Order: sequence, then C-alpha cells, then structure tokens
Amino acid sequence: MRSFFYILSAMAVMGLAYWAYQENYKTQQAVREVKRLHRQIGREREALVVLNAEWAYLNRPDRLRELAEINFDRLGLLPFMPDQFGRVDQIAFPVENLVSLSNSIDVSGEVKVQP
Amino acid sequence: MTRTPLRPLARILEARQRGENPDAIERENIRLRHEEMRDKARVRAEGRLLVLGVFFFCAFFLVGLRMTHLSGSAVEEPNNAYLGPSITAQRADITDRNGRILATNLVTNSLYAQPPVMVDRVGAAKALAAIFPDLNEDRLIEKFTGERTFIWIKRKLSPEQMQAVHDIGEPGLLFGPREMRLYPNGSVAAHVLGGASFGREDVHAAEVIGTAGVEKTFDEYLRDPANNGAPLQLSLDLTIQAAAEQVLNGGMRLMKAKGAAAVLMDVHTGEIVSLVSLPDFDPNDRPRPLTEGVASDSPLFNRAVQGVYELGSTFKIFTAAQALDARLMNRETMIDIRGPLRWGRFRISDFHDYGAQLSVSDIIVRSSNIGTARIAQQIGPARQRAFLGSLGLLEPTPVEMVEASGGRPLLPPNWSELSAMTISYGHGLSTSPMHLAAAYASLLNGGTRVMPTLLLQDGPQHGERVVSTETSAIVRDLLRQVVVRGTASFGEVPGYAVGGKTGTADKPRENGGGYYEDKVIATFASVFPANDPKYVLIVTLDEPEVHTLGEMRRTAGWTAVPVAAEIIRRVAPLLGLRPQIEPSPASGITLTSN
Repeated sequence: MRSFFYILSAMAVMGLAYWAYQENYKTQQAVREVKRLHRQIGREREALVVLNAEWAYLNRPDRLRELAEINFDRLGLLPFMPDQFGRVDQIAFPVENLVSLSNSIDVSGEVKVQP
Repeated sequence: MTRTPLRPLARILEARQRGENPDAIERENIRLRHEEMRDKARVRAEGRLLVLGVFFFCAFFLVGLRMTHLSGSAVEEPNNAYLGPSITAQRADITDRNGRILATNLVTNSLYAQPPVMVDRVGAAKALAAIFPDLNEDRLIEKFTGERTFIWIKRKLSPEQMQAVHDIGEPGLLFGPREMRLYPNGSVAAHVLGGASFGREDVHAAEVIGTAGVEKTFDEYLRDPANNGAPLQLSLDLTIQAAAEQVLNGGMRLMKAKGAAAVLMDVHTGEIVSLVSLPDFDPNDRPRPLTEGVASDSPLFNRAVQGVYELGSTFKIFTAAQALDARLMNRETMIDIRGPLRWGRFRISDFHDYGAQLSVSDIIVRSSNIGTARIAQQIGPARQRAFLGSLGLLEPTPVEMVEASGGRPLLPPNWSELSAMTISYGHGLSTSPMHLAAAYASLLNGGTRVMPTLLLQDGPQHGERVVSTETSAIVRDLLRQVVVRGTASFGEVPGYAVGGKTGTADKPRENGGGYYEDKVIATFASVFPANDPKYVLIVTLDEPEVHTLGEMRRTAGWTAVPVAAEIIRRVAPLLGLRPQIEPSPASGITLTSN
C-alpha cells in the first residue's frame, strides 16, 4: 500500500512538473506575442499620427484656398457669404410627377375594354 | 538487531546459586535498554535539527541572495504588465474647437557624426554640403578633421534627406530618432500656438519643450503622461482664424498699416474664436527674437495680447455706461460741449465742432472728447478707476498665454481729475486689444464680467455683475447708433446689425515727449448682432493711412471700420449666424408698468 502511494506521488510530481514546464513555455510564448502586438500597435499608431498630420497638412486653409482659386473655372467655389443663407419657405414644394405626353399615348393604346 | 533478553537464564541461575535477587538483573537490563533508547532518540533529534537548520539556512540564504541581486540590478518594468498602448507621443496634440489639428508630432531623425570612425572625412563633408545647402563645406571639413569625437550636424531630417545621407555610405554618420513638433497649418494661429524646441538632447531621444504661446503655458499639461495623450482643445476655430487672417492681411496692405491685430470673442463664454496679430511667422521655423530695436517690430510680437496702446475713443462707451449705470444722467441728458475745455495747462478739443451741447447718446455717436470729459468730471477719478478695474482693464488679461503677463496696462502714475478726463476718451491709459475685447464683452453680454480664455468652454461664464441689464441694453443701442448714423457708418453689414465704437489715438513717440502728428492707432471695437450680442470683434491697425476723396485719412472710421466690416461679412456666416432683419425699435411706445 505504502509503495503504491510513493509511486502515485512520484507520478503526480512528474505530471505537475510537466504541466508547469508547458505552462511556463506557453506564458513565454504569450508574452512574446503580446510584445510583438504592442510593437505592431506602436508602429500602426505612428503611421496613424503621420497620416493625421498629412491630412491636416493637405487640408490646411491656405492650400485649400489656393486650390479653390486654381480650380475656380471647374468648381466655382467662393467664400461663404451671408446671402447664401436660405429659408425653408424659399424652397418650392416638389412638383408632382406629371404624366408626360409621349407616355400617355403609349398607355392609351394599351387600354382594353373588359367584357 | 538482536534483543538482549531482560532475564538471561544463565545469569539468573548463577545469581540464584549465589543467593542474590535475580530481579536486580532484570532491572539492570531494563535500565541499560532505556539508556540505549534514549541515546538513539537524541541522535535522531539532533539529525532532525541539523536538517531543519540546513533547510532554513538555505531558505534564508536564497532570500538574501535574491534581495542582493534585486538591489544590485537595474530597474526594469515588468514585461507583461503594460500601461496600455495609448501613449505614443511624448507631447499631446493641440486641436481647434472642432478637433482639427493645430499642432502634432512627427517622428524624424537627427544626424550626428563620429569622426573617429569615419572613413573618408573630406568626402563626407563634401557630400553633406551637397545635400544640405545651408551647411558650409569648409567648416565641416574643419570639424571632421579636428579633435572632436562627436558632432551634431542636423536636428531634423526629412526622409528624403535621410536617404541621401544613407547613400553617402559613411559609417561615421549616424542617425538618432527624434520627435519633432509640426504645425501643419503654417502661420495660421502662429501667435497663439507659439512654438516648440528641443530641451535636453541625447543620441536616442530629445525633450520637446514649448517656447511661447499656449505651448509654453500648457507645457506641463501637454507632457503629462497621466492625460493619456488627450489633445488640448482650444477655443479657436481654424476656418474662422484663417479667414480673419486673410481679410485682416488684405486690409492691412490696403491701409498701408505696418501691423494689425484682431480679436474675436464670444461675449457669453469668453472663448476667443480668433486671435490674429500681423505680421506673423511660421512656428515650424520660428524666427529669432530681435536683439536690438523695438520688440514690437518683430513678427513674434503679439499685438493683440502684448501690445498695449492708448485705444482712443473706444473707451468713451465705458464712461457713458458708468454714468448711465450710476443714474447720474440718462441718455437724453444734454451736456455742454463748448470747447476747448481747459484744465490747467491742458486743453481738450474735438475733431470737429459739434455745437454748444449734445445729448449723451450723441456724444457717443459723434465721438465728442469734451462731452465725455465732462461726464467723467461728474463721475470722478476714484469711481472711474474702480469701474475700469471691475472690467479688468487695470491688470494683465488672464488669457492662457505666457505673453499675456507682458500685456500689463500702463496706468497714469497719479490718477488725478485730469487723468480721469483724458482716460474717459481713451488717452492716458494703455491697454491691449484683448483687454478691450474682454471689457466690451462684459459690458454687452447683459452686464456680467467675462474672462477671455483660449480653452474650449462648455457654457457661459457667470461672472460678477459689472453694470445692470438695462444699462447693457442701452449701451448696445448706443453702439448700434454709432454705426447707423455716427462715425462707423462703413461698419454696416446687412443682416448682422453691427454696433461698435471707433477709436483713433495718436501714437506716442518712443523716446517720450509727446505724440506723432501723422501716426495713429486706429481701432474699431464692434459687436454683432447688436440686438442680441453674440460676438465682440476688435480690429486694430497700426499706422494706417488711406488716400480717399482727395485727402489722406487716418481715422478709424476710414481705416479700421471697413476692415472690421469685411471680417464680419466673412466670419459671421462661418460662425453659424444667419443674417436677420433687425427688429425695429418700438418707436412712440413707452413701456410702463402699473
């Protein structure tokens, strides 16, 4: 009986050692993965900052103004002025869809008298 | 082991023969056996003690060893307990009120040389001089072949320049990573942002520190890692700032002024939506401060905050407001304006002759110095000083820029009755345009004090009361009358009911002793819409002159007012104000209560 317990505990120790060994390596692997991901996040953020800076640089008011002036023929952009405000009652109601004449003839030709 | 019997037969028989007690033998044997057992137990206990002792010694030795090791090793962060990946830059961004970037960081590289490891020193110097036109080839050769072992060559490199230096293939030219401050909008809002430069430098990193403007005021906040990289949001609006700068720049050229400043402020929240000072500079390449001459000639000088000027007749409204608020008179009270008004050796006269007497409203509308001085005489110096102090005109503005403390108003050394009379029309007290903006906002928002601020606010300020709501309403109407039928008739912008007061002050000579004849500071302090004030705009032109209708004109009505009107025309729609038909005054109807 006693020897059975000895063998059992020895096997338990070996099993636990194996488990601990595995966990240790898994943890190290996970830590390496986390480090790699952090590095990647850092790089992505750096790239994001550069892109944001570039966006801000390309959208700087001086450049937009110059572009609007250069492309005036095509876009016709002007500074926002007080007379460009409208009121809701200045907008006409949408015109109801009138049946166009050419269609009406087509339609009239298809009318069938039901018996 | 063999057990010795307690009563060995041979010895018992022998003892019986001799007539002795055989029990003595048994007792003797029991004693011997007990002694033996005791000795064995002692040895065993000693063994246990030894094992335990060794165990404890090992344990404590291990602890000690680990502690010595820890105390001797360098500090390092636990490798899997990260603070979080959010901290990317050592300095937070600055954005405008809509979140558009005003200042951000860019990773770049610096270039340094280590001459001892260089292969071809002269060749490297020539190649560098070819890449960077601002480097002097001879000086580089001299440095590379000299005694020095370490030389900084460039603080910031563009990726293209870095590649070109790489292509030289010189092992002694090395790169160090750098974070540089970038202002993507160039000179827009340059004075507010200020600038940044490197502090302590190392091969691997360098501190970025603010040198002026909000960059310096909020230096600690911007560098605080506890903010987790949250941007600093200012109250400025990039679009409006750029539009105001463009219009003011055009106006400044048209009026041949040597400088200009504009402050656009929300009257309720105290937020500065736009702050312009011209000429300006590019904060990415901040010019050096002047070492000689007048500081105000440098583009770094912030005319809106640092520049203290006598702002002229724009102060008259303070005098009128105080007199009305103290119920010394009402707006229709007639004041004797026959001039010139003499006070000792001093004479006060008007720009034009306005007749014998004018009502308080007309004194403001026509801008009569004599009339205002007479009102100030009734108020008295002590009360005037207290009132101007309550508007914040006697101390530096609390706006969050390091330059603001430099804009300390210049007070008369002795606030006499004569000082009170001259200050009533804006001479003898020098303040910055920012002071004027804050004081007008306090007067017009219903009469409570507002502090100018550059930070985004989430609601109106409820400061202490300066004047009553009724006085504030009268003041609004007076300012509106100045534009409708007074000195600022060019300030009319259809749909926005502009009100305002002009001010033209002669510039004092730098070396003391009187004023220039032909140099003025023209100011227009305006509010729009006057029937429900939302924004205050101060425009100041330094030494403007314009040739109109056959004569050279310098007064604010001909110079600052049209520029301010154009700014309002451009900026008001961007502020989201739609043009409205002004409610007509209820003429002939008197509000009474019974």
